[in-house]
Amino acid sequence: MSDTHAQTVAFVRDTMLPQKAPPLTETGAIKWMRENLFSGWLNSILTVLSLYFVFWVLSHVGPWFANTVWNAGSLAECREILAGTDGACFAVIRDRWHQLLYGFYPGHLYWRPNLTLLLMFVSLAPVLFTELPRKMLWFSVIYPALAYWLLWGGSIWGPVTALAGLAVGYVAYRVLQPVSSILGVIGAGVAPLIWWLTFSGPVAGLMQDAIPLSIEEVRSRDFGGFMLSIIIGVTGISLSLPMGILLALGRKSDMFLIKTVCVGFIEFIRGVPLITLLFTASLLLNYFLPPGTNFDLILRVVIMVTLFASAYMAEVIRGGLAALPKGQYEAADSLGLDYWKSMRLIILPQALKISIPGIVNTFIGLFKDTTLVVFIGLLDPIGLSNAIRADTNWNGIYWELFIFIGALFFIFCFSISRYSMYLERKLKTDHR
Amino acid sequence: MAAITEPPRESFRPSMLIYDTRYRSLTIQVVFLFLFMAGAAWLVDNTIQNLQTLGKDFNYSFLGSRAGYDINQRLIEYTSDSTHGRAMLVGLLNTLLLAVVSCVTATVIGVIAGVLRLSKNWLVAGLMTVYVEMFRNIPTLLWILVFFAIMTESMPAPSAFRGDDPASSMVLFDTVAITNRGVYVPEPLFANSLGSIDIGIFLISTDLLAIIAVLLVGFYAHMRLLRHATKVQEATGDRPKTWWKSLLVLFGPLIVLLYLLGFHFGYPELSGFNFAGGTHIRNSFIAMWLALSIYTGAFIAENVRAGILAISRGQTEAAFALGLRPGRTMRLVILPQALRVIIPPLISQYLNITKNTSLALAVGYMDLRSTLGGITINQTGRELEGMLLMMLIYLAISLVISAGMNVYNNRVKLRER
Repeated sequence: MSDTHAQTVAFVRDTMLPQKAPPLTETGAIKWMRENLFSGWLNSILTVLSLYFVFWVLSHVGPWFANTVWNAGSLAECREILAGTDGACFAVIRDRWHQLLYGFYPGHLYWRPNLTLLLMFVSLAPVLFTELPRKMLWFSVIYPALAYWLLWGGSIWGPVTALAGLAVGYVAYRVLQPVSSILGVIGAGVAPLIWWLTFSGPVAGLMQDAIPLSIEEVRSRDFGGFMLSIIIGVTGISLSLPMGILLALGRKSDMFLIKTVCVGFIEFIRGVPLITLLFTASLLLNYFLPPGTNFDLILRVVIMVTLFASAYMAEVIRGGLAALPKGQYEAADSLGLDYWKSMRLIILPQALKISIPGIVNTFIGLFKDTTLVVFIGLLDPIGLSNAIRADTNWNGIYWELFIFIGALFFIFCFSISRYSMYLERKLKTDHR
Repeated sequence: MAAITEPPRESFRPSMLIYDTRYRSLTIQVVFLFLFMAGAAWLVDNTIQNLQTLGKDFNYSFLGSRAGYDINQRLIEYTSDSTHGRAMLVGLLNTLLLAVVSCVTATVIGVIAGVLRLSKNWLVAGLMTVYVEMFRNIPTLLWILVFFAIMTESMPAPSAFRGDDPASSMVLFDTVAITNRGVYVPEPLFANSLGSIDIGIFLISTDLLAIIAVLLVGFYAHMRLLRHATKVQEATGDRPKTWWKSLLVLFGPLIVLLYLLGFHFGYPELSGFNFAGGTHIRNSFIAMWLALSIYTGAFIAENVRAGILAISRGQTEAAFALGLRPGRTMRLVILPQALRVIIPPLISQYLNITKNTSLALAVGYMDLRSTLGGITINQTGRELEGMLLMMLIYLAISLVISAGMNVYNNRVKLRER
């Protein structure tokens, strides 16, 4: 038996063959190209077209970038150095970068906007990262007044008395709350208003006379460049977030009057272009305020931008509120929480988390829209590019300025959107 | 024995206005109304006082007075002797023209880019990502200025087209001239024109009306043909071939009409220092159009991509399991669902385009903002009236678009239990 078996099975391999290398077309770069670039005739055509396009762009723009002139005092000098060849003249950026970033802010005071920006990150940190000590929030509270003082300069007592308004409100709340909780809330709202409208000015003057503490003042019309864009964008967004929350809650409210007013406001603001609101700020605001009132153009723009952004913010947050399952509202009610507590503890934390992408989009949109202030005579980067071109030295220079401004906006907006994606992933608690 | 006692009838106490949830909302609303009215009254009172100090009144009679300025692009008859009201109308039409053409091109660009961004082709998808991110993260205004600079700085002057060996030449078989003064394209002309009808505000070309009428009739006939084909298919199981009949009813009458009207093109030609003949499209319009459509196209591309990704793969598989071919799967299963996700944000992008046309000021395109909100206000000093009117017009346009969106949303809303 064993013999026949040995004959039927002529050969039994007892070792594994070494693995063969895959065919050349199924490995490495060739496989990748076959799969990703030339998987079908349509794809191949698209690939060839894209390659041609990339080549066309590079062959036109490449030499222009390669021949960049960095050292020149004027466009004519640039052209002399280039001697007829096609090349960029980024000397204008080297010459004027400080204007594009700071406008006409005095050169020896650049440290002030820089410090303000740095402190902004410090004050934002405890808001964004909950692991940090909660005591840091106190800095976030005083930051707005500090930033104002650093940027505009002047006496320190103005911002300090403005901040004192918050303390006044708190004291009023503490004093009136034992009497009646509603009275406490009203007092906390009204007392600071009274303080700001009547007492804070004289008190600031008195304090300044007693203890003169001030730094060099900078006027609003010297503000410009990216500094201005960031000031308007950041102030607008941080003020519009609370307003947007209130408007969104108002729009979802059961109370007819409040709902109507909120809907009317939101739809009106969303229906008109920002530019008409900015013109309203520069031309019409004086009509609506008591005769003789006149205040800073930047402040007016910030007010208008805030109103504008808050309408969009309200819609974003409304989307977040609508996305929450109804059970969450019912759960909050069944726990016996009142309206504000259920909103603050249960609904809003979840709704805001869902709305993060929308909020960030609104912020990016708002930051890009700050360029529109050029139409009412403020010097944002685009306004400054016109101003630089008006100089005889740099008359006729376009692309270099556009590229610089565009690149700065791109870096800013792109990194914010990436950060929001990170934040979204970090805050994601469901397991989908 | 359980005695059911009635709850004691409470008499109304003033404190219930605050502490009883039944009345509290009423109290809040009354207080709110009071504050709101007080605020509004304060604003109106200030305005009246300010107007009095300035010696102005509030009226719109300036719309009837002579404008005295020229508008370089006009769709309807307008001279500097026309009224401010008519200047406003010209501007409004320019705004609408820009908005409509930008919406169309932005949609085309956006859909193509959105689909290509999902392509498996690494290079194409990468290029589209670069396009989308570049345009989404840089302000519109900058793009408008860039396109305007491209048109005015990089394009050849009309003199470059002169001579036996010109430095530049017209494109598309010598019919379109792209110069730094604008683009000259062939214009449609009718040898046997039917003239125009005056409908009170402006003239409408009868030729155009005739063409539209013929197109509508042709389309109606085409729909009838399709319905008939479906009926035959349901009765017999065979669908008659309709494509050549459709082509005939759609384009046959149109060709006959155009022949009867003596339709031909007027080509732009170099004469003197500039081009003559053809239609002159100004740089400001081209720059706005390109910038708005490419910029918004990037946003639409993202919407389209999100819409396609939102349809789960199971839908395609289910359709295949039913035996549908890929084309029909797309048309009958995927698209109807994807469109429900895509269309609402698409329409809000249309709204954005309409509002962004107001940036035309930057390149000197005479839209509503530049006529009514610009020169008219400066000349008459009626900034309050002019601004309010302009806001109302923009608001009306936006509300019409949103109303269209709501109608669509209600039609495609998922009917749930």
